[in-house]
Amino acid sequence: MAASSRAQVLDLYRAMLRESKYFSAYNYRTYAVRRIRDAFRENKNVKDPVEIQALVNKARRDLGIIRRQDYCEQ
Amino acid sequence: MLLRTAWRRVAAAVPVAPGPKSDAPTRGLRLRVVDHSPQSAVPSDTATAPQAESMLRPLYMDVQATTPLDPRVLDAMLPYLVNYYGNPHSRTHAYGWESEAAMEHARQQVASLIGADPREIIFTSGATESNNIAIKGVARFYRSRKKHLITTQTEHKCVLDSCRSLEAEGFQVTYLPVKKSGIIDLKELEAAIQPDTSLVSVMTVNNEIGVKQPIAEIGRICSSRKVYFHTDAAQAVGKIPLDVNDMKIDLMSISGHKIYGPKGVGAIYIRRRPRVRVEALQSGGGQERGMRSGTVPTPLVVGLGAACEVAQQEMEYDHKWISKLAERLTQKIMKSLPDVVMNGDPEHHYPGCINLSFAYVEGESLLMALKDVALSSGSACTSASLEPSYVLRAIGTDEDLAHSSIRFGIGRFTTEEEVDYTVEKCIHHVKRLREMSPLWEMVQDGIDLKSIKWTQH
Repeated sequence: MAASSRAQVLDLYRAMLRESKYFSAYNYRTYAVRRIRDAFRENKNVKDPVEIQALVNKARRDLGIIRRQDYCEQ
Repeated sequence: MLLRTAWRRVAAAVPVAPGPKSDAPTRGLRLRVVDHSPQSAVPSDTATAPQAESMLRPLYMDVQATTPLDPRVLDAMLPYLVNYYGNPHSRTHAYGWESEAAMEHARQQVASLIGADPREIIFTSGATESNNIAIKGVARFYRSRKKHLITTQTEHKCVLDSCRSLEAEGFQVTYLPVKKSGIIDLKELEAAIQPDTSLVSVMTVNNEIGVKQPIAEIGRICSSRKVYFHTDAAQAVGKIPLDVNDMKIDLMSISGHKIYGPKGVGAIYIRRRPRVRVEALQSGGGQERGMRSGTVPTPLVVGLGAACEVAQQEMEYDHKWISKLAERLTQKIMKSLPDVVMNGDPEHHYPGCINLSFAYVEGESLLMALKDVALSSGSACTSASLEPSYVLRAIGTDEDLAHSSIRFGIGRFTTEEEVDYTVEKCIHHVKRLREMSPLWEMVQDGIDLKSIKWTQH
């Protein structure tokens, strides 16, 4: 269960927020930061490991999207 | 594999080094962009480097006209613009198969948003085409026995224009009036249905005043009287929960660029059980079940599908956010300014579309004063003419109030700061324009403007 440990989730959260700051469009940047914060906060108390893993996988995919879109915007 | 090499090529072609942008205005409200000088598609070596940060762009508060592309949607579309470029109707090779698989997946995504079966979704070039197919297609198919259609006075131009062209072909159309709130009277609808009515068309959420029509009740009435029910749901799909079976909808128009998807794509839902027969408008190779021939634009429909999926996941969150911002905007404006009227029913209303009339202020002058904010008075399709919007006229707004209406659009990406800035500027300019207005002076002195007899010169 290393992938879904608390430290890993926090790392993912920080990485997502960091990458979101590189959106050059104001609206995308603010939405990304707000949505990431709210989504992680909302799922704070999820206990089921299968669900946690699914959420973490989705977050990793979204992180990939953010990184690619940052490249695009340049 | 292919995707990664494509990305390397794209990234290599971009001449800017990635990394922290120290000059990115993370706290700035408005985007500083590159100079708007005309640039050719092929960058020439002798052209000078574009000037950085020379022009600011307005805040975008016009989401009813169009919406920005959601980054998740663009991400889904890019592979189909770069590598997977096959024609989905080519049956003989992998390019065609993978394109077709993407198209069918998108169809499934659109269908699940509205509770339909994927076989009931036909991709079109937008809600205008979908509306044309629905209205003209159904009317013409049943023309031998049914010659009557019903619609409302507040519909989108494409619906009204389709009906007008059908009238020229010999059909009869009833344009139902709306109440002052913008909602139709269900008793009038029942009374208007004749034995030879083939179709009733009522839009779900109005694009100018944001009122939500009672779609479930209308669906019930239509299905009990055996009349087909079409709804133009371009502004409603992905924003309010819709189910074509619960609401007994037979045809529905969907627009891509209103739900953070690409422009140039839309869809029409055509019920199969019981089957709604539609005469095709566009002849050709029989694609899309013969109802809309022409190559289906894979990147665009993939974008539409992704937009629908994102909308389904984000519907509740977006609704909460937009409602909060809408409440903030209306409360602040109404509290600081007298004589402001909100057009449309306050209860059956989609919060993201706020149409306010500022008395004693001319709408165009207010729009010009608010040049830092992208706003609109009335819909984009009628903004070229100087006449006040027909929707406002249909809900019985006085001429002078109709001329002073502004539509504020709040969407997924709107921020609190943008709303606060807009409100502040709006209040400031309305006060300034009212100071300059002789009508306002007279009202302040207690004169009733309706009692004045204006003389001719």
